[in-house]
Amino acid sequence: MNKLAWFYFPACLAWRQLIFDRSKLVAAICGVLFACVLVFMQLGFKDSLYASAASAPVKLNGDLFLMHKQSEAMWRPIQFKRSELMRVLGNPAVAEVYPLYLGLAPFKNIQTQVKRTLMVYGFDPDSLIFNIDEIKSKQVELRLKDTVLFDEYSRPEFGPVRQLLEADQNVTEINDYKVNIVGLFRMGVSFAADGNVITSDLNFMRIFPRRDSSDIDMGVIKLHPGASAKQVEAELKSQLNEFVNIFTYEELLKYEKDYWANTAPIGFIFGFGTVMGWVVGLVIVYQILFTDIANHRNEFATLKAMGYEHSYFIRLVFASAFFLAVLGFIPGYLLSVGLYHLAESQMYMPMPMLLSKIITVFMFILSMCVMAGLLAIRKLKDANPADMF
Amino acid sequence: MSTVIDVEHLDFSFGSGALTQPVLKDITLSIHKGEIVLITGPSGSGKTTFLTIIGGLRQAFHGSVKVLDQQFINSSEPVKVKIRQQIGYIFQQHNLLKSLTALQNVSMTLEMGNTLTEQQRRDRSAEMLIAVGLGDRLDYKPGQLSGGQLQRVSIARALVGQPKIILADEPTASLDKQSGYEAVSLLKQLAKESQTTILLVTHDYRILDIADRVVELEDGVIKKV
Repeated sequence: MNKLAWFYFPACLAWRQLIFDRSKLVAAICGVLFACVLVFMQLGFKDSLYASAASAPVKLNGDLFLMHKQSEAMWRPIQFKRSELMRVLGNPAVAEVYPLYLGLAPFKNIQTQVKRTLMVYGFDPDSLIFNIDEIKSKQVELRLKDTVLFDEYSRPEFGPVRQLLEADQNVTEINDYKVNIVGLFRMGVSFAADGNVITSDLNFMRIFPRRDSSDIDMGVIKLHPGASAKQVEAELKSQLNEFVNIFTYEELLKYEKDYWANTAPIGFIFGFGTVMGWVVGLVIVYQILFTDIANHRNEFATLKAMGYEHSYFIRLVFASAFFLAVLGFIPGYLLSVGLYHLAESQMYMPMPMLLSKIITVFMFILSMCVMAGLLAIRKLKDANPADMF
Repeated sequence: MSTVIDVEHLDFSFGSGALTQPVLKDITLSIHKGEIVLITGPSGSGKTTFLTIIGGLRQAFHGSVKVLDQQFINSSEPVKVKIRQQIGYIFQQHNLLKSLTALQNVSMTLEMGNTLTEQQRRDRSAEMLIAVGLGDRLDYKPGQLSGGQLQRVSIARALVGQPKIILADEPTASLDKQSGYEAVSLLKQLAKESQTTILLVTHDYRILDIADRVVELEDGVIKKV
């Protein structure tokens, strides 16, 4: 009973005081809600950025990957010689190697003729380096001259390609070169590219006439079943020239994510936005708690005269902060779920509402309210019982 | 009869250095258990300051102030808080918590002790409110009660903890003659039943007759006992 009462009584009074003034409570909840939505959106965009940055490598089907050491990320690769990739075949654990060509090029919207840059992937259609069923089923079509597959998850600015294909309008230009869209697949956009197109290695050279098929952007290595990727990676590191990086699947994902988190300023921008949301929320909650204490100064002084200890009021302020955190978080969470859906449907960015994110944001909001409480308790000193007479 | 409040040679002043303003000078006064003492005097005579020192709300440094056998001169905050819990306060304004009902306001006194169950607190608070004639107003909030009713709630709040001492500061100041007199009579009646000492500051001469003793204070000096 004693332990319970220690927090129960001040919490009870805090709650009664909060619900007494409804309009002020609503204003307070709106403040927390605002901070909550802000933090949810910033974290959502950030996670979505990392997820989409890795959307292309996620779909790659390989055990090890080769990239030039100077390549910062997949979307701005430095070419290296195809022969370097072929040397990998010298390792007995390696089953197959395939080159991957990457290039950014303008794609002409079939309807509006407006050109917009997207990412073009060139690969050997006989290989199965993309783990996407629609690509595997279009192997035959991709072998033909001037054929491409279009990513259905590309931004809508590229035109309603599915409807156009159904209406037999499948001719467009990529890099001012005429191509036929022979099908669709689903991969997803990233911050680097608004859309994706996949084509054969031969067609890739036709689209990019200045590229040479012996200069590749990435190498995809498949090992014999049972071979340890880690061990082969170590062996290859000592055998290959020092100008290439070799990654396992997980390392490649991490490399891509780290680029967006650290090298590109975008990770910082969202981190900054999150902190700003925290600060704005802090100021709002602080203001509310502060004026609340000021308004109840006489009541607190009366209770002090009656024999209530100073710590009772500190607990009361923190209880108010806790209630505000919870009351603001619940509508903030619901609103964010709606906004996440909106972002997914309007911006074609993956924004899943994960439990870990919900917990993170709640902790964030709670720490914000506790901090506001810490700042506001100074005001309690104004409640001097001797002034009550 | 035992002495509940024992004050000897109490000096108190506001400010320091050249701005020192003496408020109480060499006050000696003792009050017995169950006694009702009124302190009167013009504004600025120091009677409210005296009350706050007795209540452990203001720190005095010179002389001796013993309340319930506890020395208040140069005492620590926890000591004073402990004594405060055994004192009931009635203020000039009712000073009730406006977000709580009458019953919850009265219960606030009992929540401190933390020896009773929720039900016991409710029952005792309700009993007390019935005793002050507000049995039908238990769940009203301060905004819905009249001035006289509010002061009666605050009397109930002061008495419900069965304090040994009640300190009251101009309890009738915000009331009209009749409700003021009723409130004070009620206070006297309930206090006499439980042998509670009352120290009441007032310059309302209409209520002097409830006192066992009247102390007149002027310019910080006791003029007449």
